[in-house]
Amino acid sequence: MTINSNSKIANPLAEVLHEPLTPQRILFTNLMNAIAFGFTALALIPLLSILWEILSKGAIGFKLSMLLNPVIENGFANAIVGTITMVAIGSLMSIPVGIMTGIFLSEFGQTNPVAHFVRFITKILTGVPSIVVGIFAYGVIVLVTKQFSALAGSFALAVIMLPVIILTTEEALKLIPTHQRLASAALGASRFNTTFRVVISGAIPGVTTGILLAVARAAGETAPLIFTALFSFDWSSDLFNPTASLPVLIFNLYNDPDPQKNQLVWTTSIVLLSLVLFINLVSRFVISKSRVN
Amino acid sequence: MANSFDPADRNSIRPPNLRDVNIDLQATGGINFWLNQGFTWLVYLLVIVTVAVLFAMTWVIFGEAKPAILHFGLGFLWSKEWDTSKDVYGALPYIYGTLVSSLIAIILAVPVGLSIAIVTSENILSDSVKNTLAFVVELIAAIPSVIIGLWGIFVFIPSIEPLQQWLASHLQFIPLFDTPEPAGNNMLTAGMILAIMILPTMASVSREVLLVVPTELRSASMALGSTRWETIFRVLLPAGFSGIVSAAMLALGRALGETMAVTMVIGNSAQISSSLLAPGYTIPSVLANEFAEAEFGSLHIGALCYLGLMLFGLTLVINIIAVLLVQLVGSKQE
Repeated sequence: MTINSNSKIANPLAEVLHEPLTPQRILFTNLMNAIAFGFTALALIPLLSILWEILSKGAIGFKLSMLLNPVIENGFANAIVGTITMVAIGSLMSIPVGIMTGIFLSEFGQTNPVAHFVRFITKILTGVPSIVVGIFAYGVIVLVTKQFSALAGSFALAVIMLPVIILTTEEALKLIPTHQRLASAALGASRFNTTFRVVISGAIPGVTTGILLAVARAAGETAPLIFTALFSFDWSSDLFNPTASLPVLIFNLYNDPDPQKNQLVWTTSIVLLSLVLFINLVSRFVISKSRVN
Repeated sequence: MANSFDPADRNSIRPPNLRDVNIDLQATGGINFWLNQGFTWLVYLLVIVTVAVLFAMTWVIFGEAKPAILHFGLGFLWSKEWDTSKDVYGALPYIYGTLVSSLIAIILAVPVGLSIAIVTSENILSDSVKNTLAFVVELIAAIPSVIIGLWGIFVFIPSIEPLQQWLASHLQFIPLFDTPEPAGNNMLTAGMILAIMILPTMASVSREVLLVVPTELRSASMALGSTRWETIFRVLLPAGFSGIVSAAMLALGRALGETMAVTMVIGNSAQISSSLLAPGYTIPSVLANEFAEAEFGSLHIGALCYLGLMLFGLTLVINIIAVLLVQLVGSKQE
């Protein structure tokens, strides 16, 4: 027990209350603070390094011709078109199913015990590795049509996008207060009317965010496309042939001996990375805007 | 149909008991009614589609793998030879590679992820800094896997190669580092890259778990004289333990299935070596490398799908346990 010589308090507890920590405890606190902040800084280094390296290595070789030529002529135009096509068709397949299932989970979920099971299945689906989804798409489409096609790639992307859309739609719909639904029902609206006029209109920012995040994820996926849509060095004639896409371009050409193709890979990386990060930032912005309102 | 009141029964009239009154106000026809019915049926149909996706996936992959299952049986799991020309296939090197690289990733990612979770949930920093930090860490998860692989090859490997050379030359008596001339593409590199990729999962789920721990526990611990870190270790982490375990399992599930970045840095050599500095091969990597060229309907495809089925089964089991744990934690809070 140390005596605080400056204490003017006559309280005998003052000595105990003002006792400093033992050196071991002070050391422990400072050590853990250093470790925690050190690890956090350590985690940020890869992100900053990735952003910096991709931007610097890719920006150097960027030529406008790259945006217009297919891969044969040192451009990535057919890959961009391929990615956009496959993501668009995948969205067409997964958005209706996803939103309706999300509506089921939040609107019908209160009274339906099946909702618990469906939510469980959806969470399991989020965790399926993307390469396994690729095998599924291979089995369903490629083996039936006997060739690699953009359609198979779109199907794989749709399966990957589906659980993301379902979960984010459910979260967005849950934010609408119950009393609005009750008021709508009290005015005589059917479930369909309530859902589409009252609930969905308020949840549009959240649902849009979910769709954007799913699109960003699908655009960056490589593994499911490697053996469903394969790759193509030139423009694809239709949806039933192998199609190029941005991520598969990077994967196929990263150790190509041709230095021009290497430069193409870096520039493609900038495009893909910027696209994905832009969509993520926009969706975060949309969410924060809607929260302010 | 409303019960009719006979005004003559004045002495037996009671105020209308709503249980007796069977007035059904629900519509039975009209455009609104059919819209509602159609909507409900559509919703049920699409929900069945969603659930069917998971079951169809199991069915299709199992069907594809059946030729190989019938041919090799369970011996597939511990045979080592994988030769496409002789049609002999064995899964052991791939299983070993998948498990070891994921193990390294988890060992590295759990402490770092927990630190980030603690830093972003405790009030050491201001709220805006915490939220920005959490967002930035989640941004790592948004980066496509090929790009991380690309960065891994051209930036990460050159920077840790000196470290690996040092480990190989000075610690070679430990079998873990017993490789004479480590090339950059090896198991350790793959494990480290995987750790970077699963870090956001671990950090964000742990953060949510720590945020849900009741403040009364913190206050009580502080009132008894603990410092912040003593509270964290003795009160918060034990309270959130099951949630943190489920975060680790979700991260593990992600690590097991990660394909592109691992394929680009693991060296793609189907060998089982006790050294971390030797190249390896994982199940997703061999699928990515060999699936496209394998002939339709051949035993090669069957063997690859058998591998895919095992990976699917493994990640399924881990994810189911993780989701159940999270639900358990969630229900305990209520």
